[in-house]
Amino acid sequence: MHFKRFWAIFTARNKEFIRDRSGFGWNLLFPFMIIVGIGLIFSGKTLVQYKIGVFPASPSAASATGSLAKNLSRKPYVRLIEVDSLETGLQKLKRHRIDLLLRLGKPPYPYWVSEDSPNGYVAEQILRSALSGQTVSGKVDRRKIQGLTMRYIDWLLSGVLAMNMMFSALWGVGYVVVRYRKLGALKRLMTTPLSAFEYLSAQMVSRVSVLAFSTVIVWIGCDLIFDFHVVGHYLDLALAFFTGGLSLTALGLLLASRGTSEELTTGILNFISWPMMFLSEVWFSLEGAPGWIQSLAKIFPLTHMIKAARAVMQDGAGIRDIMPELAILSAFSLIFLSLAAALFSWNKSVVSG
Amino acid sequence: MTTSPLLAVNNLVKIYDSFKVVDGVSFTVPEGTCLGLLGPNGAGKTTTIEIIEGVSKPTSGDIFYRRKPRGSEFNEKIGIQFQDTALLSYLSVRETLETFRALYRQPLPMDELIALCHLESFLPQINDKISGGQKQRLLLALAFINQPDLIFLDEPSTGLDPHARRDLWQIVESIKDRGKTLVLTAHYMEEAQTLCDDIVIMDHGRVIAHGPSEQLIARHCQGQRILVPKTRLTRPLKNFPFPFTERGAQIEIHPQDLLSGIEFLVAQGLDLRDISVHAPNLEDVFIHLTGRKLRNGNAL
Repeated sequence: MHFKRFWAIFTARNKEFIRDRSGFGWNLLFPFMIIVGIGLIFSGKTLVQYKIGVFPASPSAASATGSLAKNLSRKPYVRLIEVDSLETGLQKLKRHRIDLLLRLGKPPYPYWVSEDSPNGYVAEQILRSALSGQTVSGKVDRRKIQGLTMRYIDWLLSGVLAMNMMFSALWGVGYVVVRYRKLGALKRLMTTPLSAFEYLSAQMVSRVSVLAFSTVIVWIGCDLIFDFHVVGHYLDLALAFFTGGLSLTALGLLLASRGTSEELTTGILNFISWPMMFLSEVWFSLEGAPGWIQSLAKIFPLTHMIKAARAVMQDGAGIRDIMPELAILSAFSLIFLSLAAALFSWNKSVVSG
Repeated sequence: MTTSPLLAVNNLVKIYDSFKVVDGVSFTVPEGTCLGLLGPNGAGKTTTIEIIEGVSKPTSGDIFYRRKPRGSEFNEKIGIQFQDTALLSYLSVRETLETFRALYRQPLPMDELIALCHLESFLPQINDKISGGQKQRLLLALAFINQPDLIFLDEPSTGLDPHARRDLWQIVESIKDRGKTLVLTAHYMEEAQTLCDDIVIMDHGRVIAHGPSEQLIARHCQGQRILVPKTRLTRPLKNFPFPFTERGAQIEIHPQDLLSGIEFLVAQGLDLRDISVHAPNLEDVFIHLTGRKLRNGNAL
């Protein structure tokens, strides 16, 4: 590793990113627009399924409230999720993994709902309509959530920021490297003493720097409007984002390690990024989703980054608490970068005159 | 100038999908000389020099630099101008030079490089927005940035107007004057004849002729030719005392000596302004060897 060569490519890439005004502006504007848009409109339209946690899950309780559970499960877009206890249910409710918590048994049925969750409001209306023909006040008993509840916008922020990092890392590295290979710029660098590892490292560090910069700017901008709540330490949050950014950038380098077709690269990037976005709990939790989907979600770096970030923001988790996620993300980075370096091709294979 | 071989290529073969793109190519390049690889599109010139540069691997064959196989230091010793190269986007010409200078251990001083390649007038410009001639000069500067002993130029003047082409040739001559060794591929006969000490003509992946251009011309094309428009002829062709060839609207006459040919045509009443005299060049060598034109590969 020759630092002078690494630094030359690192600074060249940074200048390119900053001087590309449209790309640079979009990287800042896109996440800001999403967070502000959703925050202001406060629309839950992106969530098409409302999750109602029910407890206890004993057969007797279920039979006692059989008609209510039956009525609820018949409602469109409702999914009943059994939870072990009130404590577990409240934890899930605070983290927006469920939209409403209902105790089964005898009426009046106590239920808990987050005050500022758009989905909670809809779920509450669904619950009330499930008790049609009865006096609502006599059937249900609305309870307040004790302790600090994570606002929906706070919950959303970490997911959207992480999602933006994912798109920026995958496209900003993957697409650019493939384009440079196609245009022959990599071939020119190949014939210099620059090694593939130096080139890839420079690309990775440059992109992580860009991610850090844009994330801080977007955070500050959104914080001025929404005053985000972070229970944990900002440094731990930064570490979660940094480690996640590294692994996503390394994944981008791996996807761009070969090939010269921008169309194919676009397809591959979409193939990776869209499932990752939907299954990493950016927009909605996977609570109640089939086990194989929850297992599948764990193969995505984004899942672990968001989990670590939300743990710091919401539960005040420290570095020890999020160490498993950090370790997984670091392992992802190492594996992806090693594979990228091993598979990396500077050149397109063509026959020329 | 010394004559010790800086580069030796022995029986180079490159096969793509069972097609021999390079088929047993061998040549040597003495230090301080300029070798021109000449041939039509698809002849295997670029593939040959890309194998030497290390951009692609040969199917078989050997390459020796200073009598030894190319080592890890080879990249520090060579300079390359590819036929078609994109530069790093959004960087100025100066920043591009600085970036590439940082990749080498002993780069040429910036001022010297700028003066050598005549870059002064567009240094602050973003390299996406410079003209074709300026870009070629910048690419030439990048090829010379590490003070290489051996420089590869792949069709350096393709797409340039005559003025920009001559500018570029002047820079290449300056590099030659520094005792550097060059290998260049070319489409333009004039370029090869002007810049190269030695010529390798390739066709279908093979070397079909090798030697200094004067020798090649003398060996394969004897005498000068006189071109006459058919419409100016007053006598039937069968009465011509010299060998001739019909070339479209013209007759190409091959007299034993130029003077007797011209005297004959004048005696026939032709106006001297209607005829032209053509000295043989490398294009004629190629036509003689393959029956096709060099530039577009068309059969004659």
